[in-house]
Amino acid sequence: MTQSDTDIIVIGAGPAGLSAAAEAARLGAAVLVLDENDRPGGQLFKQIHKFFGSKDHRAGVRGYAIGDSLLAETARLGARIELGAVVYAIYPDRRVAVITADQRRLLLNPKKIILATGASENALAFPGCTLPGVMSAGAVQTMVNLHRVLPADKTLMVGSGNVGLIVSYQIRQAGGKVAALVEAAPVIGGYGVHAAKISRLGVPILTGHTVKCVHGTDRVEGATLVALDDKFRAVPGSERDIEIGCVAIAVGLTPLAELALMCGCKFTYIPKLGGHLPVHDDNMETTAAGIYVAGDITGVEEASSAMEEGRLAGIAAAEALGRVAPSEAAVLKQAVWARLNALRTGRFGQARRDAKERITAEGRGAHVV
Amino acid sequence: MRILRHPILGNLDEQPPVFIEVDGELIPAREGEPIAAAIIAAGRLKLRHTRKSGEPRGVFCGIGRCTDCVMTVDGQANVRTCVTPVKAGMKIVTQGASPEREAQE
Repeated sequence: MTQSDTDIIVIGAGPAGLSAAAEAARLGAAVLVLDENDRPGGQLFKQIHKFFGSKDHRAGVRGYAIGDSLLAETARLGARIELGAVVYAIYPDRRVAVITADQRRLLLNPKKIILATGASENALAFPGCTLPGVMSAGAVQTMVNLHRVLPADKTLMVGSGNVGLIVSYQIRQAGGKVAALVEAAPVIGGYGVHAAKISRLGVPILTGHTVKCVHGTDRVEGATLVALDDKFRAVPGSERDIEIGCVAIAVGLTPLAELALMCGCKFTYIPKLGGHLPVHDDNMETTAAGIYVAGDITGVEEASSAMEEGRLAGIAAAEALGRVAPSEAAVLKQAVWARLNALRTGRFGQARRDAKERITAEGRGAHVV
Repeated sequence: MRILRHPILGNLDEQPPVFIEVDGELIPAREGEPIAAAIIAAGRLKLRHTRKSGEPRGVFCGIGRCTDCVMTVDGQANVRTCVTPVKAGMKIVTQGASPEREAQE
């Protein structure tokens, strides 16, 4: 890794970061992607289900296949990817401090930075929540789909968003059992089609229920479930015990926005999208000049929209560097926005679109062209 | 336990296992997988004890952020086993205030 001739540093080699890198490299920018993990792709390679949307959004293609083609695209276009590289600081002059896989410390000096750091899963507090076997649903999904390891014979899933529903199905595909899926809210959070798939397999979906506590000495051995009333209070006498060896927690994600905070850019708070988020304009540029964001860092959605946001940031950063004429960039960006808006429709999508529009409304106008 | 057959991913390829030593016990692993995956596949979920009260902990986040899965690997303490790849012959020791550890000391 050298610091000469890098136009754009992308931090995070997940769907958003790879898409940003591909787009910027296509337009002739010298792009370096840094990722702390020892493999690229972010969470795409554990997504063994087919994606939704239209043909434009690679619908019907499984997540890992999308990951493969993104990696091939990035490589073909000449964006470099440095793995095992931890970015631990971004300074006010936009220098990027990195520790490489071989423990070297570097200060890089890119012209533009695209933050595509993703999100991490939320924890849930209850007695026993620290016992070995209580894992984030994403961790279970990684173990099952990527490493082919089933943590336990029987799992309790907590949370009925798409993550909870999909991972429940994938535990079943892998030969495991899902004793129950509990959801504190009175209705299922995710898509009906995912819920129907696990219902057909006989997984009980208990809305208005939560996990009261988890038992075990050195590992999860069982859990007590409890019904909740309309004010989310436990209903006395409704407890029931189940035997399980794993509890998967699927109660939302929080954007990994530490680096954006370091850049001093403006944030907003939108619980629906994961909490505190860096705002950005229609180019995905934050209020800190030359710092762009894409994907879950600026609102937790799905890989499909993360990829489109990445493409947008990549085009905009290349345009800001003069690699593409504004008129041509406008056409390219408009096409991405059309695809993004198409993803943000329907019962769930419209709410995300409204929330995302609050972000751009707050982020616009920071940079007078 | 290992998932040998899978309707989407197919059969697990039969690469010969490598072995790692976990608290003195040899366990089979797949080269390059995270250390935690190999240990969980061997049937063990507990990866460390907390330092003061000795409570058991295992993988939570699986992406190297929560540090609940740290173990001592080849003499290096606090290695995040959920993101550190297996190499043949690694010697891994559970950290923390376990009764076994106190007996050793």
